Amino acid sequence: MATIYIDNVPYEVKDGENLLQACLSVGKNLTYFCWHPALHSVGACRQCAVIRYRDENDTRGRIVMACMEPVADQARISIDAPEAKKFRAQNIESLMINHPHDCPVCDEGGECHLQDMTVMSGHNYRRYRFKKRTHLNQYLGPFLHHEMNRCIQCYRCVRFYNDYAEGKDFGVFAAHDDVYFGRYEPGVLENEFSGNLVEVCPTGVFTDKTLRKRYTRKWDLTNAPSICHQCGLGCNIIASERYGSLRRILNRYNGDVNGYFICDRGRFGYEYVNSQRRIQHALKQEPAGQWQGLKKDTAIREIRNRIRAAKRVIGIGSPRASLESNFLLRELAGAEHFYAGVSEKESRLIKEVLHILRHSGVRTPSLKETETYDAIFVIGEDVTNTAPRLALSLRQAAKNQPKEKAKALKIADWNDAAIREVIQGQKGPLFIAAPYATRLDDAALATHQAHPDEIARLAFAVAHHVDAAAADAELPEKAKAFARQVADALVAAKKPLIVAGTSLYSPSLIHAAANVAMALKKAGKEAGLTYTVPEVNSMGLMMMTDQYLEQAFEQVYSGQADMVIVVENDLYRRLPADQVDEFFRKAGTVVVLDSIAHRTGEHAHFVLPAGTFAESSGTVVNNEGRAQRFFQVYQPRNDIQSTWKWLQAFVEKEQLAAANLDDVIQQLTMAYPELEGVREAAPGAQFRVGTQKIPREPHRYSGRTAMLAHINVSEPKPPEDPDSPLSFTMEGYVGTPPAPLTPFFWSPGWNSVQAVNRYQQEVGGMLRGGNPGRRLIEANGSSLQYFTDIPAAFHPDNFHWNIVPAYHIFGSDELSALSEPLQERIPALYLALSPADAQALQLQPGQQAELNVSGQTLRLPVVIRPDLPGGYVLVPKGWEATAGWLFPVQSSLKPMQV
Amino acid sequence: MEKPLTAHIPKDGSWLRLKDYERVGGYQGLRQALKMTPKEVIDMVKDAGLRGRGGAGFATGLKWSLVPTPDQIPGPHYLIANGDEMEPGTFKDRLLLEGNPHQLIEGMIIGAYAIQAEFSYVFLRWGYQFAEKALEEAIHEAYEAGYLGKNILGSGFSHELSVHISAGRYICGEETALINALEGKRANPRAKPPFPVVSGFFGRPTVVNNIETLSNVPHILSKGVSWYKSLSKCEDGGTKLYGVSGKVKRPGLWELPLGTSFREILEEHAGGMRDGYQFKGALPGGGSTDFITAEHLDVAMDYNSVAKVGSRMGTGTIIVLDDKTCVVGMVLNLEHFFAQESCGWCTPCREGLPWTEKLLLALENGEGKMEDLKIFDDLTRYMGPGNTFCALAPGAMEPLQSALKHFRADFERHIHEHRCPWK
Amino acid sequence: MDTQTQRILTDDMIAEIRDMYQHFPVKKAACIEALKLIQKHHRWVSDQAVQELAEVLDMSPDEIDSVATFYNLIFRKPVGRHVILICDSVSCWIMGYEKIADYLKQKLGIQFGETTPDGRFTLIPICCLGTCDRAPAMFIDEDLHRDLTVEQIDAILERYP
Ligand SMILES: Cc1cc2nc3c(=O)[nH]c(=O)nc-3n(C[C@H](O)[C@H](O)[C@H](O)COP(=O)(O)O)c2cc1C
Ligand code: SF4
Ligand code: FES
Repeated sequence: MATIYIDNVPYEVKDGENLLQACLSVGKNLTYFCWHPALHSVGACRQCAVIRYRDENDTRGRIVMACMEPVADQARISIDAPEAKKFRAQNIESLMINHPHDCPVCDEGGECHLQDMTVMSGHNYRRYRFKKRTHLNQYLGPFLHHEMNRCIQCYRCVRFYNDYAEGKDFGVFAAHDDVYFGRYEPGVLENEFSGNLVEVCPTGVFTDKTLRKRYTRKWDLTNAPSICHQCGLGCNIIASERYGSLRRILNRYNGDVNGYFICDRGRFGYEYVNSQRRIQHALKQEPAGQWQGLKKDTAIREIRNRIRAAKRVIGIGSPRASLESNFLLRELAGAEHFYAGVSEKESRLIKEVLHILRHSGVRTPSLKETETYDAIFVIGEDVTNTAPRLALSLRQAAKNQPKEKAKALKIADWNDAAIREVIQGQKGPLFIAAPYATRLDDAALATHQAHPDEIARLAFAVAHHVDAAAADAELPEKAKAFARQVADALVAAKKPLIVAGTSLYSPSLIHAAANVAMALKKAGKEAGLTYTVPEVNSMGLMMMTDQYLEQAFEQVYSGQADMVIVVENDLYRRLPADQVDEFFRKAGTVVVLDSIAHRTGEHAHFVLPAGTFAESSGTVVNNEGRAQRFFQVYQPRNDIQSTWKWLQAFVEKEQLAAANLDDVIQQLTMAYPELEGVREAAPGAQFRVGTQKIPREPHRYSGRTAMLAHINVSEPKPPEDPDSPLSFTMEGYVGTPPAPLTPFFWSPGWNSVQAVNRYQQEVGGMLRGGNPGRRLIEANGSSLQYFTDIPAAFHPDNFHWNIVPAYHIFGSDELSALSEPLQERIPALYLALSPADAQALQLQPGQQAELNVSGQTLRLPVVIRPDLPGGYVLVPKGWEATAGWLFPVQSSLKPMQV
Repeated sequence: MEKPLTAHIPKDGSWLRLKDYERVGGYQGLRQALKMTPKEVIDMVKDAGLRGRGGAGFATGLKWSLVPTPDQIPGPHYLIANGDEMEPGTFKDRLLLEGNPHQLIEGMIIGAYAIQAEFSYVFLRWGYQFAEKALEEAIHEAYEAGYLGKNILGSGFSHELSVHISAGRYICGEETALINALEGKRANPRAKPPFPVVSGFFGRPTVVNNIETLSNVPHILSKGVSWYKSLSKCEDGGTKLYGVSGKVKRPGLWELPLGTSFREILEEHAGGMRDGYQFKGALPGGGSTDFITAEHLDVAMDYNSVAKVGSRMGTGTIIVLDDKTCVVGMVLNLEHFFAQESCGWCTPCREGLPWTEKLLLALENGEGKMEDLKIFDDLTRYMGPGNTFCALAPGAMEPLQSALKHFRADFERHIHEHRCPWK
Repeated sequence: MDTQTQRILTDDMIAEIRDMYQHFPVKKAACIEALKLIQKHHRWVSDQAVQELAEVLDMSPDEIDSVATFYNLIFRKPVGRHVILICDSVSCWIMGYEKIADYLKQKLGIQFGETTPDGRFTLIPICCLGTCDRAPAMFIDEDLHRDLTVEQIDAILERYP
């Protein structure tokens, strides 16, 4: 810590920071543009000027840029000195000479950092009387709208997109006051994190096209703190609604998890919430093929009767449903008749992950901690497409070793450009072994492509290199050299991180990753081990039951169960269609609760409209074992409600039937002591600031009395929320609410997303009152032996081709793929193979190839990928035709005859 | 009067070949340096009082002494000769490049030896085709003669030298922008610290020196400190190339003792004003220096003396303003240049200079307002030293702020008469 | 072969570019040199050239163009057979470059930044040419013309068919 004097008042601030960060951290209002807490300082915009004095006798001082000055003990600066204020106002005046005065029609208006800074600087009178320079805009794809005239040239966009996310199809062009930020030519921005430009850009140059379609000002949105449901990482988000539709997703800062950034699937994949395929009312199918709508009460009564009449009811849960929804289903069906709605294969994998997390003694870092590791070995995962946000963190971690050089030159951590000049794009020890070249490969020092079994063998061999006591596997020459290189780099590092996951459905791969991590730990390293998992609550679900889908099917086949309740699950995505068909033929009464119409729903007798994350509150557990609460954004105007609320109508237990979320969690933790931490994932419904609830709507929310006036002139009573300390309206506490409950970031004078500064203990650090969420699993002591299940070497088989899943950020995830803005980005289903295999099979690119998987024939266009070593082929996972495949699958393969 | 830098430049427009250069004492400085330790070379240059001729006048020996030794930071070190020379009104390095390339090469090898640099580059402005050819051939000669390459003159010191031609842009002359340009990037300047001497070309210790600066070095080494100091009329050492352009009788370039008076340069060497023209003012050291006026004619043209009269020695190339030329038009021309050449990185320069230019244009077209003068004052203070990312914008404001100080009446006449009185 | 598919970067040029980046720690560093090489052969740098260069240097077209558009002497639009660069900086201004420029514009029938319809000349203003003692001055292609007067212009232009 150091003491600095700001306008003669002493403050305790952190060493090693810059003065801008320090000023903001102590709550000062100081204007800035080019600086960003994650992108650090470059000193370009000159907006953070302060006066720095040599000592207390120096009365004149000189203007410095706070973001480029290190904190030094006893440093004296002034924010309020007239020269400093004048300079900052003049700087805004300069920026405004070309900035359009289009705030009333600008998407950013009302949450614009430039607006905030302009007001803060005191500049208001325009002296410039000449023409403004103008630019043409570019088409940037379905996510972002480009309005280049609003640019203030802070260079943040290139610094995020090119430097931080390492995208290549974007840049800054031309010079002097002509500088232009965009693409070489109009076209879709390819980087998976492009959406962050919406928040990184301090003005309205890059705005969210999905919001634009149904535009609403920030102050007119109803918001809730939520958790992204589009992968297993559980990034924190703010979800916002108006007029009954979800309008946008923003990043919600969590210093432990996603920090300032989320991926485009999370940001733009929400539109399924507004989709035509949403189930709005209870439905009954009788006779088959004839659907009728039911009143809520009727539906409940009829289903209750069926339950009473049933011999045995089984419940099929889901990894995309909350702990609470799964728990109520378990309570309804009974623990012994509650099944995780995933295949045996997947359930065993995740069980194994849980087992290793608990007993390997190796820490599983949070996303944010991931960025502190200095050598990384990714085993089998295409991280960018299976757990996108993790890829962004790994990119940062990969720079840690090269950055040491800058440290040696005493260059401060925040001096971003200077650090980049020293490291010159040099790559750190990031190694990736995967079945195909991944989107992260460009950041890797070395990569290796092989069949999943070979990757597992390779990883076993790496572990053996690190610790000879771990089992070894014979490798081909090339793999051997790679394994040695990786092992040496991991051993040379201080904090090596092993990343693997479930995407290849290989238990031995998961074991091999654990071996490497354990061997490193034994070698005295501060090793880390991260597993990615398929869905938002895959971990939570597997903490609740050992029973999997095939066992549920068995119950039906054996005639023991005659009624099935399926919760938020399309079983056709879990097992091959023929098996699921067979199951439904025998299942007796089927009740499906879900938000979206799907094939499973078609087999139901009753369908109940379940809420998506936007219409429900609940808790999910991410891949790291962190329980996180998401809150309902708005009250849907029909029969949609949380799955767990629907299920309350059918449970026997009195306490549960009438319970609010807290009570449900109470019961849940009694049933599962391991989930005790779920209670602390967020404050309970009784929580108040003073006596007040926390409003989901900003206090400037407008139009409330008018928005329903066409239906009824008297304003309806606002809905109550018994499940959270949040209120559905703007009434309540106006101020900075505790971090886990912040429905939006706002602070007086700070209307843009950068108001988050005011919610942090120190800028870029932990949120006030702690980062939300609660880790349920910590690695305590190690009781695991090295695994030895080394798979046999892979041998290609030209009659039974091995099909390995390929993942796509847009397309592989079930719900986001239904979102309209993503459609343009979802590739058509294909079959990829190596050039040699294509030649052997006489397949040309684009030609149709015929596959036969689980009795189902499929024709797919051929793609030739030089990165594939051959011997196996790739087919995207998650498309309707491939969703139920139990990868890795086998198939014959031949060109389609024309 | 000795003119070590230019005395041997052939008068026929050709350049001094290696043989001829050697005959007049060429590469003796290098031979001398290689007998000394790098530290001794640096100390000698320090003692000689050589100050950078690129504009800022930073002491050359001191700059070299700030480079970490290869023991402190192992790996390549670099030396770069700054031959960008794009300051308006400046044409001095061209003469040295075109006439005596070996002198530069020798200076570079000595400098490289002093900082233990393995590689050096000449960063040459585009359009100096003759200089480029001369340099390339001279470098070839130097390699052939063993002055460059491995184990130079048996000393164990090795050095490689090559030429890079700029793709344009004034900002490339700024040393950190130059380094970015040499790395194949956009030539935005870099933040200091870290200074290039610590983290420069590819993040390695790098010295950037002006062509004229480096051309002085061989002479210091071969003829000694006291001789070098005796060349000058002031406390800093050596001669200086002074140039004059504008409506004078004999525009040109002369090597004279550092500290020669402005009057002498103007009246004796440039032959005074052309007939019918009166001296009104001058930018003493290129387009980004402050005007001096008739009352300053006796100022000695050295770093400290010119600073005392409120301007800068800059590059020592004088641009003369006469009474028949409109000062507003002249400043407009300069601000147009600077606005065009802003790299676009920092706000004050990128936005402030075009605004300045537009105001001057309005003024020149008779559309100026009295409030504009206040805006000029604001803008000059706004773009003052330290406020911008590099020295381009503060330099750009020097002619304007001094014109407003010395010739305010001319600005006001434009406003009151609604036209340019000189048109 | 039709012009659409004709490559701009010949094998020789690619070899020369490879030779350039051998000297640097990263390939990218040869970017400006390579752009100049392309321009030497083709007078300007077309989109296709940018794309081809991107492949050679392992860069994206965006990265290359970001550099190319920064420098004023990399032409990203076609230019005439001869490029006239006339100095518009301070010493030439004092010495009356504007008269020369006006004469050129009128004679060629083009404004600054334009090319004559016959593709013979492109006229571009340029900053200080470093020959201020011999102002006004201009470049035509590789030739420097100084101490210009309006009277000389016709004769000078004739040397550039
Ligand atoms: C905008 C700008 C342009 C410059 N142009 C040149 C130039 O063309 N030639 C030069 O030698 N120095 C130029 N400089 C100064 C260099 O940054 C640097 O100080 C100089 O090359 C150092 O050499 P010296 O110490 O030998 O003077 C320029 C500086 C600025 C701010
Ligand atoms: S003052 Fe700023 S914009 Fe101007 S050249 Fe320097 S860094 Fe670039
Ligand atoms: S925030 Fe400090 S210069 Fe931009």
